[in-house]
Amino acid sequence: MEHIDIGYTAKLARLELSKDEQELYSAQLGRILEYFHVLSSVDTSGVEPTAHANPLHNVLREDVAVPGFGAGPALANAPQQREDQVLVPRVIE
Amino acid sequence: MNQDSLAYLPASKLARLLASGELTSVELSRSVLERAEHLNAQVNAFLGWDGEDLMAQAEASDKRRKADKALGFFDGIPVALKNNIAVKGSLLTCGSRMLENFVSPYDATVVERMKAAGMLVWGRLNMDEFAMGSSTETSYFGSTANPWDLTRTPGGSSGGSAAALAAGMSPITLGSDTGGSIRQPAAFCGIYGLKPTYGRVSRYGLVAFASSLDQIGPFGHCVEDVARMMEVLCGVDPKDSSSYPAPVSPFHAELELALTGGRPMVLGLPVEYFKEDGLDPAVRRAMDEVVAYYKGIGWQIKDVSLPNSHLAVPTYYVIATAEASSNLARFDGIRYTHRSESASDAVDVYFKSRGEGFGEEVKRRIILGTFVLSSGYHDAYYLKAQLVRTLIRNDFSKAFGEVDLVLTPTTPSPAFVRGERITDPLQMYLNDIYTICPNLTGLPAISVPCGFASQNLPVGFQLIAPHFEEVRLLTAARAYEKGNDWHTRHPAL
Repeated sequence: MEHIDIGYTAKLARLELSKDEQELYSAQLGRILEYFHVLSSVDTSGVEPTAHANPLHNVLREDVAVPGFGAGPALANAPQQREDQVLVPRVIE
Repeated sequence: MNQDSLAYLPASKLARLLASGELTSVELSRSVLERAEHLNAQVNAFLGWDGEDLMAQAEASDKRRKADKALGFFDGIPVALKNNIAVKGSLLTCGSRMLENFVSPYDATVVERMKAAGMLVWGRLNMDEFAMGSSTETSYFGSTANPWDLTRTPGGSSGGSAAALAAGMSPITLGSDTGGSIRQPAAFCGIYGLKPTYGRVSRYGLVAFASSLDQIGPFGHCVEDVARMMEVLCGVDPKDSSSYPAPVSPFHAELELALTGGRPMVLGLPVEYFKEDGLDPAVRRAMDEVVAYYKGIGWQIKDVSLPNSHLAVPTYYVIATAEASSNLARFDGIRYTHRSESASDAVDVYFKSRGEGFGEEVKRRIILGTFVLSSGYHDAYYLKAQLVRTLIRNDFSKAFGEVDLVLTPTTPSPAFVRGERITDPLQMYLNDIYTICPNLTGLPAISVPCGFASQNLPVGFQLIAPHFEEVRLLTAARAYEKGNDWHTRHPAL
């Protein structure tokens, strides 16, 4: 059975998990990966990957500036703000 | 007319009553509000609405119509939206604590298009958190009930949209579909639900779950409602580089034309789908009757093979969770989301805010998606799934060389009981077996009501068409609708 290092993966995802959550996910995701395992036996030699189902590539437009939100509407949902900027806890001591 | 006599009328019928002057948008909107106020405590389809705003929009619509300046066929018709579609000035929670207080600063493109058509955009519909789920049970704001049986789920993730429509609480609703999130709840609730071709409808203002799979689409009481709603929604959008410049046709007129003048169609039954042990006998019986009906009107039914169909669920869940883990990285506690109050420093804000803000299923998928993208596993899982995605696409290309449309059940079983599957994620994922291929391949698909299992539970079938062949899809759905009246039955509420 494939093993997910839940602690390491959660760290990559910047996601705090409780001990109970880690145990729950560890068991469940092990079973789900086992189910995914069927993919590994499929012969895909000479096959190109599909990233999306759309025939479009490199959609370009004229590089013209258009009006956007001002600071007010853009910051209206910020948990904390000051002087038209998002306020966060101190990063550098 | 009172609220109950209007409740189940199709939107196109209501639009004709508005046009003839037999009904005003104010009367219609008042009845919609009264019914929602009366029923929502039982069904919990709506997370909320602004009644004053709806009535103000209705008055403006009536004024336009009086001045002979109606903006379109659906001017004055209320349309309620799944709460992952942005409406300026309205809460956009995605069923998550993470966005509990988030007010959208802009309108989604589909909202702009509906407003330009005179439609009354109102009501925030419940959904699985960030559209991750098949039962509307992962919502932070409580689960939604199936109007046909309140102990059962309406399906998901657009369960609120399906339940509101099926309960007669809004004549048209919108949902989003990443792996069946429109079609599965439509089948569970006995109504129509359409997932357009990938790129047909702009995703601008739809909160992203899995960007290569997501599409917005309508729920309706009849084929005409769905066809006409597609005319409002479709079109290329410079704000969504994946939207495709396909010509938008008057679907509702074209399908009638195709029905009267067209040749009988050839429908393909995937042999693999009917071998499944998991197919409920009631669904199998309903499918037999659908096949018999189409044969009866002179259409041809042909077996087709989709040899890679057993790989669809694992392929889908690798790709969908990978894309979700990337998309949901934006919810970081810094700029516009829930921010933990117990974080010790700036980096801890990420960990704690995300840990507190996301629910169990969303966290599970973020972990899974992060894992399949992580160094050492990327090729074995994510790249492999993209390769198999090509094989699945090739299966359908080959099938469409032989048949006009593919015909399948929408779901393996009718609506299941609330709480029954929520503790077993793998069993929940397997419920999507018939609906995920159109997302992986970008093909358009519709769920059509086709009868009832025991206990009065609706059953639906699915039609899948080649890319941008929505008219073909709607024509076949309409051909069925003409000889069957399942869509006219409604739950006793």
